[in-house]
Amino acid sequence: MAKHRGRGVATINYPIGMNLGGDPSQALVHSNPTGKFTVALSSIDLGQGMKSVVRQICAETLGVPVEDVYVDTADSDTGPHCTGSFASRGTHRVGNAVIVAAREARAVMMEAAAEELEVDPGDLETDGRGNIRVKGAPHRSITVQEVAMAAQFQQGKTIAGRGIFLVPLSDVDPETGEMSPATCYAHACLIADVEVDDETGDVSVLKITSAYEIGRAINPKMVEQQLVGGAWMGMSHALYETVEPYYPDPRHGPRDFNEYLMPGPGDICPHEIVVLERPAPDGPFGAKGIGEMCANPVLPAVANAIFNAVGVRINDLPITPERVLRAIQARGGAVPAARMR
Amino acid sequence: MKTPIQFRLNGEDVAAFVEGGANLLDTLREIVGDLTVKGGCWQGTCGTCTVIIDGVPRLSCITLAETCSGSSIETAAGLRRGSELHPLQIAFMERFAAQCGYCTPGMLMAAKALLDKNPNPTRQDVIEAISGNICRCTGYEPIINAVLDAARDHTRSRV
Amino acid sequence: MLEFRKDIFADERDDHLQEIGQPTQRQDMLGHVTGTSRYYDDHRFANLLHLKVLRSPHAHARIRSIDDSAAARAPGVKRIIRAADVPVNLNTLLSLMQFGKDDEPSLASDVVRYKGEPILGIVATSERAALEAMALVRISYDPLPAVFDVEEALKPGAPSVNPAYPKNTFEYHGKYDHQKLRFGDVDAAFAQADIVLEDRYQMSPIEHAPTETNGSIAVPDTNGRIVVYTSTQALFFSLDTAAKINALPSNQLHFIGGTVGGGFGGKVDTMTEPLAILAARLTGAPVRYRLSRHEEMQFGSPRGAERIYIKDGIMRDGRIIARQVRAYFDSGAYTRLSSYAVIKCAGHIPGPYSIPNVYADVYCVYTNRTPATAMRGFGVTAIDFAIECQMDKDAVAIGMDPLEFRMLNAYRDGDMKAHRREAKNCALIECAQVAAEKAQWPLRDEFRRMSSRQGGGSARAGVTDRSRMPTPAAPPRVPASTAQRAAYERPMPAVSPAVTPPPAPPIPPQPSAPAGSSHGARRFSSVFGTRRR
Repeated sequence: MAKHRGRGVATINYPIGMNLGGDPSQALVHSNPTGKFTVALSSIDLGQGMKSVVRQICAETLGVPVEDVYVDTADSDTGPHCTGSFASRGTHRVGNAVIVAAREARAVMMEAAAEELEVDPGDLETDGRGNIRVKGAPHRSITVQEVAMAAQFQQGKTIAGRGIFLVPLSDVDPETGEMSPATCYAHACLIADVEVDDETGDVSVLKITSAYEIGRAINPKMVEQQLVGGAWMGMSHALYETVEPYYPDPRHGPRDFNEYLMPGPGDICPHEIVVLERPAPDGPFGAKGIGEMCANPVLPAVANAIFNAVGVRINDLPITPERVLRAIQARGGAVPAARMR
Repeated sequence: MKTPIQFRLNGEDVAAFVEGGANLLDTLREIVGDLTVKGGCWQGTCGTCTVIIDGVPRLSCITLAETCSGSSIETAAGLRRGSELHPLQIAFMERFAAQCGYCTPGMLMAAKALLDKNPNPTRQDVIEAISGNICRCTGYEPIINAVLDAARDHTRSRV
Repeated sequence: MLEFRKDIFADERDDHLQEIGQPTQRQDMLGHVTGTSRYYDDHRFANLLHLKVLRSPHAHARIRSIDDSAAARAPGVKRIIRAADVPVNLNTLLSLMQFGKDDEPSLASDVVRYKGEPILGIVATSERAALEAMALVRISYDPLPAVFDVEEALKPGAPSVNPAYPKNTFEYHGKYDHQKLRFGDVDAAFAQADIVLEDRYQMSPIEHAPTETNGSIAVPDTNGRIVVYTSTQALFFSLDTAAKINALPSNQLHFIGGTVGGGFGGKVDTMTEPLAILAARLTGAPVRYRLSRHEEMQFGSPRGAERIYIKDGIMRDGRIIARQVRAYFDSGAYTRLSSYAVIKCAGHIPGPYSIPNVYADVYCVYTNRTPATAMRGFGVTAIDFAIECQMDKDAVAIGMDPLEFRMLNAYRDGDMKAHRREAKNCALIECAQVAAEKAQWPLRDEFRRMSSRQGGGSARAGVTDRSRMPTPAAPPRVPASTAQRAAYERPMPAVSPAVTPPPAPPIPPQPSAPAGSSHGARRFSSVFGTRRR
């Protein structure tokens, strides 16, 4: 008749992009007459922030402020092909396609600016605030807006670019499984602190501490959104959710959210996150993808923490109070496992 | 056989003819044209469709439209005054308290209903007020923080 | 709540960036907080019709007869859609990549294979009218034996679920009922191991449960095309699937989406668009097909269940020297994407660890339940659960700290992975060190000094004689001093004298083309979106 605390850990990696590759994405970038840019995509924003990530990547590559870039998606008439938003591929594949397109657009922009300023394009730089100036002589400058107007109406140039990014499709050896699943991987270590009630089998997650290596954080607030939201979904998967409570018996499946359980705002816990960045050589500014991996480590970390708390191993998901209680009873009572130290 | 109903929606008089048994959610979206109210389950279990009726947060998907005749209804469409966002909207933005955004209108109304009655809620008060609203993306923490921020900054406004 | 350790791997980054790394407000945030972000259903049309689907109440049954005459006459009903109305009524999602056989009808005609399988579409002036008409349909069934357990489904004599795969497994490479992973010699290693630990893990199916359910609205356009407002996660994937099923050229469809109320993998299957489009074509009116929450919960595709057996051979000094895995993906009645997940899982084994002997068989099994689909972590979530629980048990068995045990076995730059590619850009050790410090999990000094960038490719990883390894087909290794690139380029041959480029990789033997049609194609084609059928 007690509550026992325990701590468990999991370390994982996660492959970025569709398995084996062969999943291209394309992007189109173009300037309007007054130097504001649109990125045309058919990529999907599910809430993971595709539009926002792409906007920052495009602005960085073009050398203009992010307010001067707008992402338009998704329309099959105007947006070029994208394989889709899944497999943690968005930032990596779409981001890279946007870089290629934005580089082409930037090159034309710099050429047009060079013609206006009567210098060599190689002598110019963008200041990231909407100006293009001569390196070392910043008083000799022109606005992106002026360049766009000159390009359109005088020089006859299109400040526009096209991009595609494709990881070539890998084979799979039938006998050995040799394959190239991905070109880069993200990493994580997650520690879960839980409390287990040995009378009810209830498991509360008290705290999560994690370290994620993600290549490059394009936007730290959006990284936080994914890692916090993903950990919640991981906790939900570990302890609450099932479509078949007696799998493989298919009966008694939930019909509504009263029967399909998920933790509510009263069940969440503090989550301390540390982010590391080891750039992927083929990532946009080194970025990998985090949309899926952020739920995974919670499941085993919680299961391992339960063992540490009461000495039972649950190998079946979800780890319901019923399963915890049955395991404790089978063991003859809760046996808090000794910490290794 | 349709029934005429009249009610106030975000301060404006609205009239509609509704089928017997029509729910308020479908009435607001399909007949009145307020698309800020979203439908998640049509079973009264997810909170996505939350609106405020006569000061009380209600699930519009299981509220009969006919019972709203004469009532004052508030939806997310009425939160901003002209170009001025409601402090809750500002706080949700600053706390990055939305990802897919689908639960957000209902969540805002549940939060507004709380702050209209209790301008100084505790964290536990906020948790209880939004416990009927499912969010699948954020993990709730930024939402709770946003509501507490809005309560603290109730004098803020933005042009 | 979130902090950065910029010092780690700083020598591999150029942090002088303008917009990258900024906490810029999301482009869509204002729309979200004002309720004005437009999801697929936030478009209004005059004379919108509603499509509801009548679904099988049986897990496995032959359809003896269908009498929909009363339903067709019911108030508000504009059209009943039957199996015979569907132009191409057999498909598999990955046919767009020439992977797998067409096995799933849009509307069942002779046999139903899972409870909830669509049989008829009813198009009416309201959802209520469609549902009331549905109650008037009379269907008689002959129930058939059903199978729900993946290992039972593989036994001889088990009911056959899917006629395209009569033995209840997907066919890999034209000859195997599973995907293999073979690296080293696990049998020899198990014989040598100090301890052998075996266990079984089971993940049940779960819901994506986004707050917005699956749905789409198909609208005949002024120029004869059909505009489709959709909740899909993959615009062209859905467009091409719908075009195939409707036997339409792809440019007859105009798909609009991009703002979705949560997906998590549950909005890839293109379940509503094909029938919505067909209904729009048959009625000439805009048609919405929206899954109710009850439909999503009971009949919408879930994350598939997985059953995993793991056997580890470990030494008392902490090394894992063998890992053997047998994993079963429960695909439900039809393939959808499970065939792909199996290969992803095989490529993920044995996890981020250097284990010199690895053996895995991964199966895609058919049962009489709702077809499974992708969900956040597809192919990886369950195997990671199994591996990381197993790692804990291994550590306890030899009395080692669970985190130190993982770090000891963690892969490092230069290690050979079980799928025969060199590990690079590793960071598991650093994540462990940082998390341990943050959580005050004590680590011994030697573990705090470990690095992913040192000690790789050596005897530590147990793979000493690399001449026995098949030369990897991967491009030559890039020297670590190369500045981080902003976009993908094939790495240049190494120029630094410190790195010896490996010998030119042999061209892998081309798989012989399957005889006859492209059924049972063994691998993805990189020619996406074109159909050779």
